[in-house]
Amino acid sequence: MESTRKRLAYWHRNLAVTAALLCIWFVVTFVASFYARELNAVVIFGFPLGFYMGAQGALLVYVAIIWFYARYMNRLDREYGVQDEEEE
Amino acid sequence: MGRRLGDRLRGYYLAYTGGFVVLIAALALLERQGMPPRWIGYAFLFFTIMIYAAIGVLSRTANVSEYYVAGRRVPAVFNGMATGADWMSAASFIGLAGTLYLSGYQGLAYVMGWTGGYVLVALLLAPYLRKFGQYTIPDFLAARYGGNAARLVGVFATVLASFVYVVAQIYGVGLIASRFVGLQFEIGVFLGLAGILVCSFLGGMRAVTWTQVAQYIILIVAYMAPVTLLSMKVTSVPLPQAVYGEVLEKVRALESEIFHLPAEEEARRRYQARADAYAERIERLPASLVEEKQRLSEAINARKLDANAPMREVLALERQRRELPADAEQARIRWGEARQAALERAATPNHHADAFPGASEEARSAARINFLTLVFCLMVGTAALPHILVRYYTTPSVREARNSVVWSLLFILALYLTAPAYAVFAKYEIYQHVVNSEIASLPGWIAAWGKLGLVSIEDINGDGLLQLAELTLNPDVIVLATPEIAGLPYVVSGLVAAGALAAALSTADGLLLTITGALSHDVYYKIIRPQASTQWRLVISKSLLLVVAVMAALFAAQKPATILSMVAWAFSIAGAAFFPALVLGIFWKRANKQGAVAGMVAGLAMTLYYMVRVQFHDIPWLGLHGIGMEPWLEVQSTSAGVWGVPVGFAVIIVVSLLTPPPPPPVRALVERLRSPHS
Repeated sequence: MESTRKRLAYWHRNLAVTAALLCIWFVVTFVASFYARELNAVVIFGFPLGFYMGAQGALLVYVAIIWFYARYMNRLDREYGVQDEEEE
Repeated sequence: MGRRLGDRLRGYYLAYTGGFVVLIAALALLERQGMPPRWIGYAFLFFTIMIYAAIGVLSRTANVSEYYVAGRRVPAVFNGMATGADWMSAASFIGLAGTLYLSGYQGLAYVMGWTGGYVLVALLLAPYLRKFGQYTIPDFLAARYGGNAARLVGVFATVLASFVYVVAQIYGVGLIASRFVGLQFEIGVFLGLAGILVCSFLGGMRAVTWTQVAQYIILIVAYMAPVTLLSMKVTSVPLPQAVYGEVLEKVRALESEIFHLPAEEEARRRYQARADAYAERIERLPASLVEEKQRLSEAINARKLDANAPMREVLALERQRRELPADAEQARIRWGEARQAALERAATPNHHADAFPGASEEARSAARINFLTLVFCLMVGTAALPHILVRYYTTPSVREARNSVVWSLLFILALYLTAPAYAVFAKYEIYQHVVNSEIASLPGWIAAWGKLGLVSIEDINGDGLLQLAELTLNPDVIVLATPEIAGLPYVVSGLVAAGALAAALSTADGLLLTITGALSHDVYYKIIRPQASTQWRLVISKSLLLVVAVMAALFAAQKPATILSMVAWAFSIAGAAFFPALVLGIFWKRANKQGAVAGMVAGLAMTLYYMVRVQFHDIPWLGLHGIGMEPWLEVQSTSAGVWGVPVGFAVIIVVSLLTPPPPPPVRALVERLRSPHS
């Protein structure tokens, strides 16, 4: 019983972080691109902002999202004692 | 053991990278001493393929787990590199910067789509698939959706998507071999085939993984070198990704100046007139075809009577007459294409960084819709391409699978952050040094690539200068020709060719292995002969590899379409077929067999239907004519998945709810997937 509840709590925290990160992903990808023309009015170091987001900004956010997820989940695994033993 | 393996690998690959740098330096020195360019091209291709072959032979294996998933002990960093090479194909290496060059902001859809998809891989799929831990994606579908129906649909989609993709890779190899080694395109294609087989035939996934790591190193060095040198030359900072904003501003200034030069506008007007003439001719078919034939005949006869007329002109006219369309139907197609080409040249070009350009509000909104839908399809496709997903079966643990996605994306970004810079620097060079120069004294690369039909120029206004509108570049040329465009030594060109080859070969290897895995493991072993011995399974797999590779090469030799659109189709196909079934399989316990099978078939059918009807008007070899249709909401065929993916989700959900829930063992499987602990 205890283990089922724990497993469920682990899964819910996993879902929560996944959903939050997907929201960021969605905003950076689709919302920012939708308004690219408006963002292009801002120019930083020669880069129009809308162009910059597509060429670099969004990409850096993606790495940050994946890195954060890996770190968060690897810690969560330990916290809930569900980490798999490294083989070998 | 894990750590020791990692250390040993790091040593090997450091030594290897050092060796490669020494090779480049040696060739650069030899070039100074007068070694002919062709030999440099040979040397690069020969040495790199030898290295891949050596790794392939050293990693040969007869063990099933080694053959399909490299024994599941590939450390996260190296799996990241291998995924990077597996991922970055001829399309990324050759096509991407060129597309960015031609379409500016619109091309960023590929940059975002092909990187943002990894967020979906990391969050929704990779850890769970690793937990599942079998050999192929159809394996997962079969286990989750109980039975061979789901497996077979999975096999079909795997083979279809991967095959389209692999044809594009082999086409890329043919292109490289024909330009840099001077082989005939078709021979180049079969040379590429040999290069691919050498890596994957003996050692399966194990050999492919370690060659891919080697190929990643070569391709990234090759991609960075020319643009870094170019950046040094233009801005004197060797960090193109950081400083191209400055160059982008210069390009913008050049654009504003060039676009509205009188000669430029004149050239565009003439293309417009040509397009109108074609439109008028198409209108008057079939009478116009007869007239055209007559006009050419009269012109030929007039010249034959005139003794002073140059023979070349007569021959050219005769060729034109010979090449006239055979009937009105053909004329409609051919002239329609010619009209389209003229219209493209007649259009006022757009500023590089302008988002969703267009003459009217409708055109702008269509550009925006196509951008967003393409990003969507590429991302979902990324998270559904079997050859990428199986890479996460090869890590030792779920934890490593998660870390490995981070590494994958980091290694991939090295190229994707550079591609937009590439395009901007190339554009700067061309606008600065090629446009408006005399046609008689154009640089040699234009003629060299013109021979392959990838660059064409035409002095339509007869002023002896090359206007921007008169220059047509195939997107695949930009990266391969940049070293020549920038006047860098030939050794850099050879390096780029080797890099492009590495990109194409590594992806083709991964894809071929996925296709044959699906056929030999899923169809033969799991369905036809479950009692087959291990040895026999590998024999079957290797023979299939050979057959599929040869078929792909035969297709590629037909030069089907540009690399990038072929690849985009593969993404839409994979996305629509797999993504809904995989994601719901993990996140929705209620999804059942009936729903998954119906959803996969529906998503796939929807995508193929849209793709075929929007892209092709006739498919003669299937006896189909007049099947073309107007796109919905202006969405292009490359984004067909935007219809297929939602259909797939909807059908899985509706059909699952209408049919009984999956049995308890399946629900237990889903529980197991959700917890990394075994």
